[in-house]
Amino acid sequence: MLKFFEPNKIFSVTSKVQKYILFIFIIVISIGLMEALILSPEDYKQSHSVRIMYVHVPAAWISLSIFTFLTIFSLSGFIFKNRNFFLIAKSLAPSGFVFTIIALVTGSIWGKPTWGTWWAWDARITAMLILALFYLMYLIAWRIFEDKENVFKITTLICILGLINVPIIKYSVDWWNTLHQPASINILSKSTIHSSMLFPLIIMTAAFALFSLLIFLMKYNTELIKIKNKGLDRL
Amino acid sequence: MINELINMNGYGLYVWSAFGFTILSFSTLYLIIRTQYLKEKDKFVAKFGALDSKKSEAAKSQTIVKEILSSSQSI
Repeated sequence: MLKFFEPNKIFSVTSKVQKYILFIFIIVISIGLMEALILSPEDYKQSHSVRIMYVHVPAAWISLSIFTFLTIFSLSGFIFKNRNFFLIAKSLAPSGFVFTIIALVTGSIWGKPTWGTWWAWDARITAMLILALFYLMYLIAWRIFEDKENVFKITTLICILGLINVPIIKYSVDWWNTLHQPASINILSKSTIHSSMLFPLIIMTAAFALFSLLIFLMKYNTELIKIKNKGLDRL
Repeated sequence: MINELINMNGYGLYVWSAFGFTILSFSTLYLIIRTQYLKEKDKFVAKFGALDSKKSEAAKSQTIVKEILSSSQSI
């Protein structure tokens, strides 16, 4: 199974599938934007401001998912003694950071018409800001530490500490009184969101996931070429 | 119809700025990663071109090197 994570094999696949993913992403995002901005209904309480949900919620979901994968791959690097897992984790981080920033900024824009403020030290918003800081620390660690063994240890430590924050973000609305409403979408029980709003939300989430996959593949290939460049220097 | 789409009952500024920020972030991230990718690829091709025939044969025996070179020809 670990043979699947051999850089040679991954590179040949990743360089070929990028253009197809970009093509599918453009189609899915076009349908998603059409649904989110034109076809989906306005909310009876929030009116058209509810449309911000179609970028805010998928961005938050994807940023949390990426951070979880980041930790899994970093830990796998140590467990299986495979450096390629660290490379995969490193390549996931830029899109995760950007999605966290999108979630924070669009949340702030949504907060103004809904709560009357751009920012509040609400449990979920604060936890999301902390997640952005963990992403930032992770990216900076890769830049400032020269020694590979040190950077593997430090980035994994950042991931483990940051992962504690992930369930806090998810359950903060249940544990504390926050400005955020409790989750409207539940996998195990019936969702409280109407299908006319759920459909565009799913489409936009799919588009965001495709975009993060595209960025990951491009970044991963860049990292592999960087390693090969160093290899040519040694020849 | 168009005015309604732009104004959105007075929420247009919020909705369009949220979507605009998202699209801008996507484009910026894509361009940054794409530039880094092309820069590294060009560097690789230039370094490979500077190798003597013996070294370039040794490098070419690796599958990944062949893949990088073939993908840079297709650009």
